Amino acid sequence: MDALDGNAIGGLLIDVFGTEMTAARSTCATCGDSRPVAELVVYRQAPGTVVRCRTCGSVLMVFVRAHGAIGTDLTGLASLSQPDRP
Amino acid sequence: METTAVRGRLTWQVATVTSVTPETGSVVTITLDPPDWLGHRAGQHLDVRLTADDGYTAERSYSIASAPGEQVAITVERLEGGEVSPYLTEDLRAGDELELRGPIGGYFVWEPADGGPLILLAGGSGVVPLRAILRHRRRSGSEVPARLLYSARTLPDVIYRGELDQGHDGAQVIYTLTRSHPSGWTGHTGRLSQALLAEAAWAAEANPLAFICGPTSFVETAAAGLVDLGYRPERVKTERFGATGGR
Repeated sequence: MDALDGNAIGGLLIDVFGTEMTAARSTCATCGDSRPVAELVVYRQAPGTVVRCRTCGSVLMVFVRAHGAIGTDLTGLASLSQPDRP
Repeated sequence: METTAVRGRLTWQVATVTSVTPETGSVVTITLDPPDWLGHRAGQHLDVRLTADDGYTAERSYSIASAPGEQVAITVERLEGGEVSPYLTEDLRAGDELELRGPIGGYFVWEPADGGPLILLAGGSGVVPLRAILRHRRRSGSEVPARLLYSARTLPDVIYRGELDQGHDGAQVIYTLTRSHPSGWTGHTGRLSQALLAEAAWAAEANPLAFICGPTSFVETAAAGLVDLGYRPERVKTERFGATGGR
């Protein structure tokens, strides 16, 4: 399966967070790499989306759509910082 | 979610297709008339959703090909075995309806105030959002110097060639053809190399702003190459669409 990047899940992230998040800065809880969500590695395979660190490959975020809801696992992230005025 | 709903920005809506125009043998541009569109920024994309008779749905994200203020358009490359692009490129006709939502994205976008000089690097259909940026630059009267380096398989695979060859108010367009080239071709050939990048890119001292869109390998090569040339990583914006040209 081809890897995409975080730009491709802008719509999904709006579903989850209620706002545009591709320009938000993520920090990997495993290696500390910090970069915009748009630059993260994304694998989309319905019903799930897996987001990995571009530096160490750790799973940062998982989203699963089922039964009309989106399950979200963010345990791989140390932080997610949204610019004050996007 | 409430805020989004109030803004009406990401509700799925049914747009009317107003035209389908071939760009190359496998690429079409589709203009759309969505009932509720608050305007988009150059570089953003939209999500398209197809629903089969049995309720199965497939979603894809497509870059918006038009500039802010122009009619919404997407340019789609047909991928063999794809779920969505064969329908969009072969079956869709003017007057048909298409479910979409957008605009989406706040990272891979350019505003005249972001400055430049601009270096735009396209691999294949990665040229689509960069064309929106070039059009926005022209329409907004921006005097930021701009250069597009476009890697395509062959000359007939070059999307928007007529438009690009006319020039975009001084924007320079440099092609490299990776698979084959016409006899007498005096342009570049072969995949993007560090030598070509060094030749085409603005000097780092000018604090250029780079947008790179294409297959993952192209984007990685280009982004690492620009940083090697001294570009600031935060001025190098990337968008990858996998190995096949679809997202």
